[in-house]
Amino acid sequence: MNIVVCVKQTPDTAATVSVEDGVVSWGDSPLVLNPWDEYAVEEALRIREAHSGQVTALSLGPEAAMEALKLALAMGCEQAILINDPALEDADPLVVSKVLAAAIKKIGEVDLVLFGRGSVDNDTGITGPQVARRLNWPVLSLVADITSLDPEGRTIAVERMIDEGRQLVRGSLPAVVSVVKGINEPRYPSFMGIRKASRAEMPIWSTADIGLDEVPTPAMTWPEIFAPLKVETECEMIEGETPEEVAARLADRLIEEKVI
Amino acid sequence: MANKIFAYIDHFGGQVLPASWEAVGVARSLADQLGSGVTAVVLGHEVEGIANQSIEYGADQVLLGDDPELKDYRPELFAGTLSHLAAEAEVLILPTTSRTRELAGMVAVDLETGMAPDVISFEIDGDAILATRPIYAGKLLTKVVCREKRPQIITLRTRAFPKPEPESDRSGEVVRVEVVIGEVVTEVTGYKPSEAGVSLTDAAIIVSGGRGVSNNPKLTPPNEITDEKEQEIWRAQQGFALVRDLAETLGAAMGASRAAVDAGYIPYALQVGQTGKVVSPDLYVACGISGAIQHLAGMRTSKMIVAINRDSEAPIFKLARFGVAGDLFDIVPALTRALKERLGK
Repeated sequence: MNIVVCVKQTPDTAATVSVEDGVVSWGDSPLVLNPWDEYAVEEALRIREAHSGQVTALSLGPEAAMEALKLALAMGCEQAILINDPALEDADPLVVSKVLAAAIKKIGEVDLVLFGRGSVDNDTGITGPQVARRLNWPVLSLVADITSLDPEGRTIAVERMIDEGRQLVRGSLPAVVSVVKGINEPRYPSFMGIRKASRAEMPIWSTADIGLDEVPTPAMTWPEIFAPLKVETECEMIEGETPEEVAARLADRLIEEKVI
Repeated sequence: MANKIFAYIDHFGGQVLPASWEAVGVARSLADQLGSGVTAVVLGHEVEGIANQSIEYGADQVLLGDDPELKDYRPELFAGTLSHLAAEAEVLILPTTSRTRELAGMVAVDLETGMAPDVISFEIDGDAILATRPIYAGKLLTKVVCREKRPQIITLRTRAFPKPEPESDRSGEVVRVEVVIGEVVTEVTGYKPSEAGVSLTDAAIIVSGGRGVSNNPKLTPPNEITDEKEQEIWRAQQGFALVRDLAETLGAAMGASRAAVDAGYIPYALQVGQTGKVVSPDLYVACGISGAIQHLAGMRTSKMIVAINRDSEAPIFKLARFGVAGDLFDIVPALTRALKERLGK
C-alpha cells in the first residue's frame, strides 16, 4: 500500500487565540500537528503495518510546518514532503485542493490518501473531499472505522460517522478517506523515531515542482478577521439550604426565562 | 427570469433536517432583496413529498431528482447532479450537515468557485455575499467573500438563522430533472442508528456531563468490578444516568466534554467542543464541566448557559446565566424532579 497522509500545522486547541490588525496570534502556545491529523497518521501507520508499503506525510504550509511533518516522521512515516511556495500564501480551499491533488499525482501510484476530518484553525472540513473530487477518486469522509481493506481486490469498506449514526460504505481503491477522532488512539513518537526524524531529509516542493505552471487564483478572500463580541454575562448563583430548595429555585427561574 | 438563488434540501430517512428549512428561509429573504426567485433542489428516491414541503417553506420552484440511484446519499452522485443543476445559479445555500459540507465542497470544485462553510451571518456587499464564519472554533470570526466566481456557495451553521413557518397555501412548480450518473464508485451497504438519540446540532436544549460525573464518593461499585479504571467508568455511567434523566425530562440532547470522552465514559459522537460538535442551543446545562477553553469554544454561542459544578471558581461560571456551586449528584436529580413536577411529566 502506497499511502499519503495530508497534515497541517495548527495552534494547540488549548491556545488563547487573538487577532490584532488582521494578524492572528496564539501567545506562547506551541504550534502542533493538527489534532485530527494525528488520527490520520496513526491510521496510515496501522494500515502499513497490516499490509506493508509506505506512508508519506504531505503538508502545504510555511517552512515552520516542517516541525509538524517531523512529528509524523517520528510517529513512523517513511517520508515527509513540504509544499512551500510564497505564491500560495493566500491559498483558499480550492487552491489547496488543486495543489495537494497535483502533489499526490507527482508522488504517483498512490493507493490511499488519508486526511483528518478538518483542521482546528480554519475548520472548513472540505479539503479531503475536494482533493478526491480533483483526483476523481471516491471519497469516504468522517470515517470512524475501516472495517475491511483489500489491496489486491482494490476495495475498502468503512463506517462513516454521520449526524444520524453510522453509514456503512464500500468503495474502490485508490480512494480518499477522512477520519474522525475515536478511530484509533494515536501513538506517541518513540525515542528512535524522534532521532530518525531529526536527521531526515525533507524535500520541499514548489508549485512548479508539482507541475502547476501557474499558481491558481483563489476564489475566496477574507477581508476581515475579528474577535467575537464579548458577551458580558452576570452569573446569578442559585443558593439554598438543601439540594431540593436549590433545584426548585433554578427550575422556577428557567420557567420564568421561558427557556423550557 | 430564471431563479438565481438556490437552496439545497438535506434529508435522511424521509425526514428533512430542520436546518434545510433555515436555508430555504435565507434563500427566500435573499431572493426578495434581489428581486429573484428561490429554486430548491431535492435529490433522493421517493422524495416528492419533500419537494412539495419545500414550496410551503418558501421555494418558488423545486428541481426534483428522484431516482432509485439516489436512495442513499453518495457524494459523487449527489455532487455531480447538484453541480449540473446549480451551474447557472448566483448563490447556492445549504445547511451544514455531515452530508452537505463535503457536497458543497465538491460542487465548488466542479464549478471552480468559492465555498464558505458554517456561515453565521452575512451582508450583501456590492454584487457579492460577505459572509461571517467562525474560525478556531469560534474563538475568532472571519468575513469571507467570493467576488468573481459563481455561484457563491455557502453552508449555514445550524440554528444561526430563523426557521421559516410553512404556509400550506403557497404555490410553486416541481420540475423533475435527470440525475447525472457518472462513474459511481461507492456503495452504501447499511446503517447503524446513532449512539446519541436527539441530534446535538439540531437540539434546542442540551444537557452535558463532564469529568465530574465520575466523582460521586457515595457510590460503591459492585464487588465483581475490581479494576480501578472499570470502577471509575462504572461511577461515570451512574453519573451520566442522572444527566440522561435530566435531558429526557427536558426533551434535550445529551452531550459530554472532551475529558469525559477521553476518559472512556461516553462515545465520541456526544463530544461538544473544538474537536467535537459545535452547538448553539437555546439552553445548555453543563453538569460537572469546569469549562476548558476547548469545550467553551464548542458551546459559547448557546443562548443561555446553566452551570452546575462543585468548584465555584470554575471558568464555566463566567459564561453562565445561572450557576449552582454544588454537587451534581444532589442537584441534578433534584432538578429533574422539580422540572417533572412543573412540566407535568
